[in-house]
Amino acid sequence: MTKRFGSFTAVDNISFEVKKGEIFGFLGANGAGKTTAMRMLCGLSIPTEGKGTVAGYDIYTQPELVKKSIGYMSQKFSMYEDLKVWENLELFGGIYGMSDEIIKIKTDELMASLNFEEERDKLVKSLPLGFKQKLAFSVSIFHTPKVVFLDEPTGGVDPITRRRFWEMIYDATARGITVFVTTHYMDEAEYCDRVSIMVDGRIEALDSPENLKKQFHAKNMDEVFQQLARKSTRKAD
Amino acid sequence: MIKYLLKKEFKQIIRNPFLPIMIFMFPLLVLLVFPWAASYEIKNLNLSVVDNDHSSYSRRLTQSIISSNYFRLTDKSASYNKALKSIENNKADIILEIPQNFEKSIINREPVKVMLSANAVNGMKGGIATTYLSMIIGDFNATLVSELFPEMAGSSSNIIQIDSQYRFNKHLNYQVFMVPALMVMILTLLCGFLPAVSIVFEKELGTMEQINVSPVPKITFILAKLIPFWIIGFIAITIGFLVAWLDYGLIPVGHFYIIYAFAAIYIFAISGMGIVISNFASTLQQAVFIVFFFMMLFIMLSGLYTPVDSMPEWAKWIAAFNPLKHLMIVMRSIYLKGSNFTQLGGELAALLGFAVFFNGLAVLSYKKTN
Amino acid sequence: MKQLFSFIRKEFHHIFRDRTTVMILLLMPVIQIILFGFALSTEVKDTKVVVLANTNDDATQRIIDRIDASEYFDVAIMAHNSSEINAAFRDGKAKLAMVFENHFSENLKHTGTAHIQLIADATDPNAATSFMFYAINIINNYQQDISQSQAGGGMIQPEVKMLYNPQMISAFNFVPGVLGMIMILICAMMTSIAIVREKEMGTMEILLVSPMKPIYTILSKIAPYFVLSVINFLTIMLLSVFVLKVPIVGSFTSLFAVSLLYIFVALSLGLLISTITNSQLAAMMISGMGLMIPVMLLSGMIFPVENMPPFLQFISNFVPARWYIDAVKTIMIKGLSITTVMKDIGVLVLMGTVLVTISLKKFKVRLE
Repeated sequence: MTKRFGSFTAVDNISFEVKKGEIFGFLGANGAGKTTAMRMLCGLSIPTEGKGTVAGYDIYTQPELVKKSIGYMSQKFSMYEDLKVWENLELFGGIYGMSDEIIKIKTDELMASLNFEEERDKLVKSLPLGFKQKLAFSVSIFHTPKVVFLDEPTGGVDPITRRRFWEMIYDATARGITVFVTTHYMDEAEYCDRVSIMVDGRIEALDSPENLKKQFHAKNMDEVFQQLARKSTRKAD
Repeated sequence: MIKYLLKKEFKQIIRNPFLPIMIFMFPLLVLLVFPWAASYEIKNLNLSVVDNDHSSYSRRLTQSIISSNYFRLTDKSASYNKALKSIENNKADIILEIPQNFEKSIINREPVKVMLSANAVNGMKGGIATTYLSMIIGDFNATLVSELFPEMAGSSSNIIQIDSQYRFNKHLNYQVFMVPALMVMILTLLCGFLPAVSIVFEKELGTMEQINVSPVPKITFILAKLIPFWIIGFIAITIGFLVAWLDYGLIPVGHFYIIYAFAAIYIFAISGMGIVISNFASTLQQAVFIVFFFMMLFIMLSGLYTPVDSMPEWAKWIAAFNPLKHLMIVMRSIYLKGSNFTQLGGELAALLGFAVFFNGLAVLSYKKTN
Repeated sequence: MKQLFSFIRKEFHHIFRDRTTVMILLLMPVIQIILFGFALSTEVKDTKVVVLANTNDDATQRIIDRIDASEYFDVAIMAHNSSEINAAFRDGKAKLAMVFENHFSENLKHTGTAHIQLIADATDPNAATSFMFYAINIINNYQQDISQSQAGGGMIQPEVKMLYNPQMISAFNFVPGVLGMIMILICAMMTSIAIVREKEMGTMEILLVSPMKPIYTILSKIAPYFVLSVINFLTIMLLSVFVLKVPIVGSFTSLFAVSLLYIFVALSLGLLISTITNSQLAAMMISGMGLMIPVMLLSGMIFPVENMPPFLQFISNFVPARWYIDAVKTIMIKGLSITTVMKDIGVLVLMGTVLVTISLKKFKVRLE
């Protein structure tokens, strides 16, 4: 896929496959083109060139079918801050076609598993950051999508919360949901099955973290990234 | 699916600290205050007299002017320059200067000039002041003629008796004229401005993206945004009718259902326009500004402040494309004249046209994917 | 100082990045002036008249011709009965009806009296009284012309002088109003939104914590809108003089000075608004509803204050625009010196001082 804005090529002819049930890490510096690429996969943006299928549907000709099968969590945790916790779940559940009974049952289950019983009736804007993050993720997979796209989901939270968050991601994959996550935290790359690293709009590396570390003679993913990032000519946005 | 979105919209509106106040307070305030402030009626013209003659005729002239009740005598000055100060201070609107030989000239049947100097910063006021004053002087003149030279007056007087009648608004009540027009303005602000702001707000917050990524169809989302504001619009007009009745004793001559029907079409059109603007604005500030700009333009060219009939051709042309102008004609006609659908056919067609155009544009320009 | 300038430059960049808003800000006065100057007027012209005259005799025809010839009227329909008149009114095809009694000319000659009935559509009462007035005038003039008491008719001759605005151009009254409104819009509304946006984004705290004095932060936020206002002031002046032919009779320096004062008051208003709210939307609502509407209604911009009920006149005293517009009219159109408007200036200075003091106090409170 390629995406150009005028004379600027944000995403330059990238190609990859993500397997069902995988945790695929989409890494790169700020401005490398990760978000642009992800938006194309979610049906938010049409590629200038190239092809793509998500959950078996073509992103050009069947964007609405793609949207039915995916979940999405943005950097801003976009939930409705002036709605209550359970109201957000009801809204998004309903949008994705879940029946009222199922919505009720799954809401109860979720509240229990997250220990959110007390927060259930609170307005989202009153929740602390860590809670919001967990809630946003739960909302994004509430309808059990085939693939969930996470855009920098762990921004601004402490390492312990981040760890807990990744446990939630593992639970999701255990249920058969494919996770496509972008992040600039290189330590999180270790949690993924495979990662790709974007530099200046191109994919410069694509493999499992272990293989990449061997390939680049690096102790951790951070070093792998440093080596690749040195080649970068683009400034961060 | 739309029921979930509608639930969300209603909850958000109710929980918003400002909106409910605005929806109820704003129409009330506008309808209660505006009609009292907004009037061009000229009352209480202030007159300054410079009487250089000090004769019985000059005094009688002054007296007859005052007893006409159009003018208030604010001062008598010794000279024109002194009188001018009153105009400079806005204490007087017009100066009457009576020359020294006033009475003598009249008795000698010689023409005599009196100077009328009016403050014409407000051109209309100046014009009315001079016209009224001239008329009173003319009457005074005629009275004098019939006293002094009875042989001239009374000979073959051709008098055309004019019987003037005012229809639809017998008491020339300005409020009656303003209130229906104000309801249009309120509707426009509530149903054109607010939905647009609501959408751009979601854009800024990022929740719009969440919706775009979901299977919610364009039309469903737009409808869910619009419907609550349609309902708000209806509530607002109903409040308007109540206020008009309770406060001004205004009851429409025509039928309510016709008003509601037109209002529905109008709300549909204007909210569509709001959506179009919101589709092109990227920040809240931009959206507010663009909407404000158009609102201002539309309001000025709608006949709220000044009649469309008084506008030059090119402005009338632009006004033809102004939905507000059409609804104002509708509201005023139904309220005051009792017009029905056939008589307002032109306006009906225009408003329907706008509704189709704006909403079509709204759906087309709203892109989930770009 | 250098710091201040670099901050001011940053603010300018911020604003000009949003081209649409800037364009609207610069375009709005132009459009308002053109509209107010050329399109908006309360003069009635070409009012459609429907005439019912069963005897189409000499006098009737002459009067109808005079009415038609007048720029105020356009005889559109010759009706045959009163239901046609009603229909014309209902359909909006005529606003004035003239009904001549039968045998009009005959009656006039032989009995000395004849009747005309004038019926006006008073939906718009102002327009109705205007054209009724003109119609009566035309008929009276005809009567005077044919009457033989000509000599007695013209003894006292009024000579009319229109001060300050001989051609009675309505723009003279509107231009000061437009100035008043545009300045408040830019200075109060935009400034408050800009400051609140900074608060919303959280960058305000960074600025306040920096070594730069808070007053400089405020100044840098205000500076671009100050410049925009001055540009708009000059634009409006140019348009007034060259396009609308509204001359600046008094001293331009005085006018400029008073305008600067007003801009200062408007900016302090914007500042005050920014201290009472943390949300951009709220700032917009407050400046929009809370400022625009009183300015449009109660400042004397469109509707004369003298006509309002005493309660509203009282409130109008608290609208800065009212004093400014008064001062502008006095200096620009009446051509009087700045000493005549000392009261207006005094009030504005007072308002400005009060507003700034309150705002700065509130600002300091924020810091603690």
